[in-house]
Amino acid sequence: MSTEKQLFTISVYTENNIGLLNRISAIFQRRHINIESLNISPSEIEGVAKFTIVVNMIEDNVKKIIGQIEKQVEVIKAYYHDLDEIIYQISGLFKIKSELLFEERQIQNIIKESNARIVTVNKEFFVLEKSGKKEEIIELYNELSPFGIMQYTRSGLIAISKDEMKISTLLETYNN
Amino acid sequence: METQTIKNTDKATKTTEYISGSEAIVRCLIEEGVKILYGYPGGAIMPVYDELYKYQDKIHHVLTRHEQGATHSAQGYARISGEVGVAMATSGPGATNLITGIADAQIDSTPMVCITGQVFSHLLGSDAFQETDIVGISTPVTKWNCQVTKAADIPEAIAKAFYIARSGRPGPVLIDITKDAQIEKFDFSYEKCTKVRSYVPIPKTVEGSLEAAAKLINEAKKPLVVWGQGVILGKAEEAFKAVIEKAGIPAAWTILGASAIPTKHPLNVGMVGMHGNYAPNVLTNECDVLIAIGMRFDDRVTGKLDEYATQAKVIHFEIDPAEVNKNVKADVAVLGDAKATLEAVLPLINSNSHSEWHQKFKDLYAIEYDKVIKDDLHPTKEGLTMGEVLKEINIQSKGNAAIVSDVGQHQMIACRYAEFNKTKSNITSGGLGTMGFGLPAAIGAKMAAPEREVVSISGDGGYQMTIQELGTIFQQKAAVKVVVLNNDFLGMVRQWQQLFFEKRYASTEMINPNFVAIAEGYYIKARKVTKREDLAEAVKEMMESKEAYFLEVCVEKEGNVFPMIPTGASVSDVRLE
Repeated sequence: MSTEKQLFTISVYTENNIGLLNRISAIFQRRHINIESLNISPSEIEGVAKFTIVVNMIEDNVKKIIGQIEKQVEVIKAYYHDLDEIIYQISGLFKIKSELLFEERQIQNIIKESNARIVTVNKEFFVLEKSGKKEEIIELYNELSPFGIMQYTRSGLIAISKDEMKISTLLETYNN
Repeated sequence: METQTIKNTDKATKTTEYISGSEAIVRCLIEEGVKILYGYPGGAIMPVYDELYKYQDKIHHVLTRHEQGATHSAQGYARISGEVGVAMATSGPGATNLITGIADAQIDSTPMVCITGQVFSHLLGSDAFQETDIVGISTPVTKWNCQVTKAADIPEAIAKAFYIARSGRPGPVLIDITKDAQIEKFDFSYEKCTKVRSYVPIPKTVEGSLEAAAKLINEAKKPLVVWGQGVILGKAEEAFKAVIEKAGIPAAWTILGASAIPTKHPLNVGMVGMHGNYAPNVLTNECDVLIAIGMRFDDRVTGKLDEYATQAKVIHFEIDPAEVNKNVKADVAVLGDAKATLEAVLPLINSNSHSEWHQKFKDLYAIEYDKVIKDDLHPTKEGLTMGEVLKEINIQSKGNAAIVSDVGQHQMIACRYAEFNKTKSNITSGGLGTMGFGLPAAIGAKMAAPEREVVSISGDGGYQMTIQELGTIFQQKAAVKVVVLNNDFLGMVRQWQQLFFEKRYASTEMINPNFVAIAEGYYIKARKVTKREDLAEAVKEMMESKEAYFLEVCVEKEGNVFPMIPTGASVSDVRLE
């Protein structure tokens, strides 16, 4: 087991209850672990939420964190993966002055080459959306930056594991 | 009260009653078998108190003098009875005053349900009078908590709370109930909770782990058992005794494991940890197989982790999977309930005696006796020692008393020297080290087991943190025997200052009040002992008293507790002087 810090994604399947975010984030806070990104959304199972948490840690400590997370009453199951074991996406949004779209030819090339999508255009600004790896979004940011970005934001990482996470089966055993 | 019968399509016909949320709270508690609860009224919980007035023939509310006292009393009640302790408080300061006791219960795995009142739900988040986010505040120190804003949600929340508090690894649970939910009426019915979908209270024992554990035990030449409170919480005392007796393994206890088997059991080799016994600490680093049962390798037990039992194969019997490999890597983890796993491993282990190995414990005990115990229990110098007070209590109680200790030097002395014949007899604040725990916890213990002798032992420091609970003792006529070992110091801190801070006694000397007068002010019989020749008779008088009794014993000012493992040192570097 590596003793080097590396990025891990932690997937936590939980009951969809108020207060659980507090409980889970406190587990990290207490151990002085910075959460690199966090996403909470419904999962494939009705009423079950999925947390996707990215942390930079050594594997041994991730295992201990998983234990502490699973200990929470309303947590169904937690898994951890390194980045090779998941398919993941991050989404970036860029707000740019509309005039640039027509006056700066280069911008159009950047949009085309980066496979970014124009979400909306109006007289004042247009909004670009780019999904992909973090590096791809940063690259787009770096390319657009010289022209002036009015607003920029990036989502947390969302991930699907390559391996199966048998939550439905697990819930069946809980129900029986 | 209106009664009606409704037809629920999923379930059988269920009788409901149209009652208020506050009445429902009291009814739920009665349904859960609660006979005593500890608390303090206030604005946001008043409707519940009004209902308690109505139901006082079924449920006895104990008015403590501070909400912290309510939690510690509930803890004492839970620890001696094995049932869930219940504490109640109002919103805001009432609720925050519960936190110390909740944190203590969390780290010591004590089943407790706390109910707090909350401001009206339309005022939530508006910084209303006596509003605090108690759910947010208590989250890190509860096993589970929730806020209820509708009367109809009360029964399910309370049922879930009791189930979670008492099942698996027990712990404290808090339910915060808004005042409108208390006032609102609804169709009440109650169903006990037996399952929470996402919650697995007892993990499955991994296949083959029992056999692997038995193999290691059977092959061991120098095995050592370290047991913790898991044995008591899991009601596994008999199975535990059977295992160590069959395999002939010396067994040492953590502070919360004390009393699971009698002190004088021949396989009981004493306490491990910072102020534990010499032999089990030193031999932890010599054993070849270390069998940890229901304990969590607290740093006060292990000392320096990377020098802790590194030579040994470790078997960990544990109910909480998060404890396995947390501090000490286990070669074999036996997950599950202590009683079930110990009963299952019993037929797999061979009979053994390990007599040579036992001799090592005896030899080291002789050294500890000579250097420490003899002077603690049979002192020849002038000042009274804390140890000799414990010795007198042992003589008078014949080892049958429940000892409830506070936190500090006296606690270590009490745990080292108190003799126990019965399980659940050592009640103390282990993990949190809460000064002020002892006196209110003793009240709860006495009320849970009125037939038992309950002796509270405190130092002059911790005693004054919850001294107001003498009022509760008086009002409840709780026949607690209160002993204060007074050295006019915050003794444990002073000991550290002496050993590690060049005797700079910064803010540890206490100028104390007339403790006897204070006890008498609460109409409690009281006596002060300053001379050795008066001790035995005073302890006898205290133990023979049918009522509460306060005994102050003035002990030597600068007495120390040894053995001691300095912080960060290895267990085998335990100091005897």
